[in-house]
Amino acid sequence: MHRCKAMADIGRRQFLRGSALVAAGATVAAAGAAPPHAKAAMPAARVEYPSNRLANVSELKMNEPLEVNYPDADAPGVLLKLGARVEGGVGPDGDIVGFCTICPHKGYPLAYSADNRTFNCPGHYSVFDPEKGGQQVWGQATQNLPQYALRVAENGDIFAEGVDELIYGRLSNVL
Amino acid sequence: MAFKRNIDRLPIIPADAKRHNVTCHYCIVGCGYHAYTWPVNKQGGPEPDKNIFGVDLSEQQAAETVAWYSPSMYNIVKQNGEDVHIVVKPDRECSVNSGLGSVRGARIAEMSYSEARNTQQQRLTDPLVWRYGQMQPTSWEDALDLVARVTAAVIKEKGEDALYVSAYDHGGAGGGYENTWGTGKLYFEAMKIKNIRIHNRPAYNSEVHATRDMGVGELNNCYEDAELTDTIFCVGANPLETQTNYFLNHWVPNMRGTTADKKNEQLPGEEHPPVRIVFVDPRRTVSINACEAEAGADNVLHLAINSGTDLALFNAIFTHIVEKGWTDKAFIEASTGGFDEAVKGNKMTLEEASNICGVPAADIEKAAQWIAEPKADGKRRRTMMPYEKGLIWGNDNYRTNAALVNMALATGNIGRSGGGCVRLGGHQEGYARPSDAHVGKPAAYVDQLLIDGQGGVHHIWGCDHYKTTLNAHEFKKVYKKRTDIVKDAMSAAPYGDRDAMVKAIIDAINQGGLFAVNVDIIPTKIGQACHVVLPAATSGEANLTSMNGERRMRLTERYMDPPGQAMPDCLIAARMANHMEQVLRDMGDADYADKFKGFDWTTEEDAFMDGYHKVAKGGEFVTYDRLREAGNNGVQEPATGYESGKLVGTKRLYEDGKFGTEDGRAKFMVSEWRGLQAPGKQEQKDKYKYLINNGRTNHVWQSAYLDQENDFVMDRWPYPFIQMNPQDMTDAGLKEGDLVEIFNDAGATQAMVYPTPTARRGETFMMFGYPTGVQGNVVNAGTNELILPNYKQTWADIRKIADAPRNVAHLTFKSQEYKST
Repeated sequence: MHRCKAMADIGRRQFLRGSALVAAGATVAAAGAAPPHAKAAMPAARVEYPSNRLANVSELKMNEPLEVNYPDADAPGVLLKLGARVEGGVGPDGDIVGFCTICPHKGYPLAYSADNRTFNCPGHYSVFDPEKGGQQVWGQATQNLPQYALRVAENGDIFAEGVDELIYGRLSNVL
Repeated sequence: MAFKRNIDRLPIIPADAKRHNVTCHYCIVGCGYHAYTWPVNKQGGPEPDKNIFGVDLSEQQAAETVAWYSPSMYNIVKQNGEDVHIVVKPDRECSVNSGLGSVRGARIAEMSYSEARNTQQQRLTDPLVWRYGQMQPTSWEDALDLVARVTAAVIKEKGEDALYVSAYDHGGAGGGYENTWGTGKLYFEAMKIKNIRIHNRPAYNSEVHATRDMGVGELNNCYEDAELTDTIFCVGANPLETQTNYFLNHWVPNMRGTTADKKNEQLPGEEHPPVRIVFVDPRRTVSINACEAEAGADNVLHLAINSGTDLALFNAIFTHIVEKGWTDKAFIEASTGGFDEAVKGNKMTLEEASNICGVPAADIEKAAQWIAEPKADGKRRRTMMPYEKGLIWGNDNYRTNAALVNMALATGNIGRSGGGCVRLGGHQEGYARPSDAHVGKPAAYVDQLLIDGQGGVHHIWGCDHYKTTLNAHEFKKVYKKRTDIVKDAMSAAPYGDRDAMVKAIIDAINQGGLFAVNVDIIPTKIGQACHVVLPAATSGEANLTSMNGERRMRLTERYMDPPGQAMPDCLIAARMANHMEQVLRDMGDADYADKFKGFDWTTEEDAFMDGYHKVAKGGEFVTYDRLREAGNNGVQEPATGYESGKLVGTKRLYEDGKFGTEDGRAKFMVSEWRGLQAPGKQEQKDKYKYLINNGRTNHVWQSAYLDQENDFVMDRWPYPFIQMNPQDMTDAGLKEGDLVEIFNDAGATQAMVYPTPTARRGETFMMFGYPTGVQGNVVNAGTNELILPNYKQTWADIRKIADAPRNVAHLTFKSQEYKST
């Protein structure tokens, strides 16, 4: 898999915008503690995810993962066009999915097997199925693979706007 | 869609959180964990000084970090009556797992009882009795009084042989030294119960009787031996799924070559070639796949023998090793007996074995070479021979076990670094009981006697025959009928009139009924038939000691409260004994009542000190305080002393060449091949189309007694799978996910079809002991001469019940094998 620099850069800019929102929230909370009668800021029940443009549908090739990062540069993942509609899939054919590719067991980078259409972990042999919402076919992780909530704009731009499981190595999906 | 928790952040463990030693309470490996707890209204922060790790948690942590935990490692539980956050995460400093958590152990927190987060709400909280036609809560006093009165009346009238007992003998959850001592003292000391069985088999016997009779205890090596060995000869076992972190943390490093320094340091003066692995298993498993990925396919040999033919294979390898002169003559001379008789009695050529086992003679010869042919430098190969349920629940258990130990003895591989002939184990161990000699050998076939109408009272401790016995279909049918007789009688009597109630029960027993008492942590399947159900505490809700597969003993400290009125089993046994004493005294039998003295324990530590500390080998050195100090590395049994503030243990057994026989010599055993030994097996094989091989799968612990309430697991396996060859599926008109009936002359059960190209034609593999499809229903009643069940050799036909239901539609049916590209 080759890394598309331009995409990563765009992702990073979007990431900065997203993380700025979180930082602003944190500032309010921190400042709120000082004045005697200040009202505590109400925290959201879930973290605020950035809406990041990851790629355009025209860049995806069938069954070839496109490397992306989400919700920030330290969280590698892929977009994948599967060729058949799947639950959770987006795009004109409902077949585009996105996953974090850090193994949720011990944090090893997952490799994609185009033959089996599975993500495989070289650390402890876990196998995940992108055609079934990242379900762990077999393995040691106690989570299925974190999947992106994707949105496709009219011009075909693909945005990630959330993740459905905790990403390995962080106690908050948005740092 | 696959199950997702949609949890995107977790409370951070504060720097001042409490830390408790925890040994995972599931499998034999016993991985080290820590339970961190802190008040529910507090939390740590990402700044290094605000979290227990002392690191900046606002940054992404690297692979293998200690500073991360998954949502499954988190919960909110009660501790001394207060809600606390809890994180149970693997301990990197534990030599067993070095920070690894399996898909089972890494869910300890999520599998805990939490009223705040609604996990494990199935847990029993109060004693229950059959009252007004259903199970109703009551007090301990009331429930135990009823149990004691009925039990006392039956044993007084009919003798102690009318009290039937099913009691686990293992460690870990629902087990441990405290609790086996509690039941052991009650049934083997206060009483002499003969009709007793163990959790997974229908009699009170050893699963590995032969090796013990040969003087070789079955847990004789240490996990480090897998890092040092030249060859692993693995029989009927699938360690990646069933002893996961032993395999990942001790076998894999050897295959990857990362234990080279350790080999050179500990075993100087000999070459250390790449490790080779032989698997004896009719089925290709993920363990074999992982070994091929790590050691290279050239260093892995899979002997996919015909089911149940292990004995012929071992005898042929043994014969070949002897003929080639690859035996350890000095060891045989100094430390064993009976070698010549075994050589004569077990003679089997490679060709004979090839015909029986269905594998090429050249492969059998290759296995013999890998086991025993001297290395290039002329030094003996170090060979480890682990085995588990494929042998233990397989054809002709006693002889097959003996034949394997013969090979290990002949090659001098017991009591030696990098050696060992060891069972891999299921549960942890935790056995401390008074003598069971009165039970006899062969022991009573308890399930069959119950089917035959014997017994008046049945006490069941942490066992579920409905899910995990053989001949289960028939057992359930009769058991329900007999316990219903008592239920109907109880429903007709006013509950508050104790004398009338006891009389009604006794009358029902005299009409063929059975009064059943079930002690467990959850409502079990057999519990549905019981009249009294008593709630037990599990690991972490009480202090608990057990040992793992290398005899490593640890203390799991109590870190949370048991649900409701639940108590540890040892204290339930003690309170039951107290009630028995009182009832017998009231009946005017002071002598009998006096036998129930000595149960004045108020804590689990009292039971430990009364039992393990007094009766176990080396137990006099071991106390809770000393185990607390020893932490998650504990001490390897037997303990031999306490020096400089540390318990001293035993790394390997028999390093001195002295074995567990009267003359200290290990015994070779004659173990001739005699085909499918258990009654009815050959007939079943001849009559039905498919082998219904069976066993465990990675996600699930044991019979899924906790997993059945875990969304992550039940999402993956709503039904037990049955792996089938795709061509067999086509022939039978089956698609992936279809529900099928598996049926034969013993019974019927159901499973979900999982297409498996590596499965041989006519050979299936079904999950064992699953609540939504019990494989034991189709296992016939045949056992070996010591009443060991033969679950593995089962044949049946398969027919479609229904298309894949809704809760199967989202499942993946892809290959479970890891693929590097």
